[in-house]
Amino acid sequence: MNYKTDEAHVSGLASARKGASHWLGERLKSVALIPLTVIFIFIVAPLIGADHSTVVGALQSPAKGFALIIFFLVTFKHLEEGLQVVIEDYVHSRGRVLALIKLNKLFCWTFGLVAIFAIAKITFAT
Amino acid sequence: MANEAKGKRPLSPHLTIYRPQMSSISSILVRISGVALALGFVLIIWWLLAASISIPYFETVNDIMTSWFGDIVMVGSVWALCYHSLGGIRHLIWDMGYGFDLKTSDRMGWSVIIGSFIFTIMVIYYSGALS
Repeated sequence: MNYKTDEAHVSGLASARKGASHWLGERLKSVALIPLTVIFIFIVAPLIGADHSTVVGALQSPAKGFALIIFFLVTFKHLEEGLQVVIEDYVHSRGRVLALIKLNKLFCWTFGLVAIFAIAKITFAT
Repeated sequence: MANEAKGKRPLSPHLTIYRPQMSSISSILVRISGVALALGFVLIIWWLLAASISIPYFETVNDIMTSWFGDIVMVGSVWALCYHSLGGIRHLIWDMGYGFDLKTSDRMGWSVIIGSFIFTIMVIYYSGALS
């Protein structure tokens, strides 16, 4: 989708490619994370330090499992985008930036998928 | 042309010359708390993974979570999550074009800092860790 104003198109200002929709996507994920974070805290905070059967019992609720999976999906995409901005801002060699961006994607997707796998297994397979 | 200009571009006055301000400090803390949260989530995800695998494995990770080290990481993560969320909301307000005047900006900065501690205490109280 294109979010640029007609004037910006004509004058050739701002991003030539996907900058505007990328920027908006970052903000939309941030907004979505406000209620998702509240839900995450309500579900997970009381479980820290609890025994195994309490933790598994609480997470067997499909509604809680589904909410946590959505939370982790958006969180790790948001984390990936956030860490990428940090890399782009503070690392000044182009080669290193590209390498770190790939590593960052690998790190975020690995942990995000492990989180989703663990929750799905507890919710749907125990 | 780009190569010629490289290294000769003027830089704006940077950290070493700027007097720290409420807006700059509270803004960089959003970044720092965000990066720190990545580490807190690694521990949470390890704990979730252990819960999905077996009871003895869960107990090993749970021992780490409830040790003094785990307590520090968890309390720090709760504060980082509260700060990052409140600071993030302030950045969303800025992104919409509001709150740039000095008074509002300063007031929002203090609200984020004080609010982050209040929310941290509320979350810890709600978690039952104090009882």
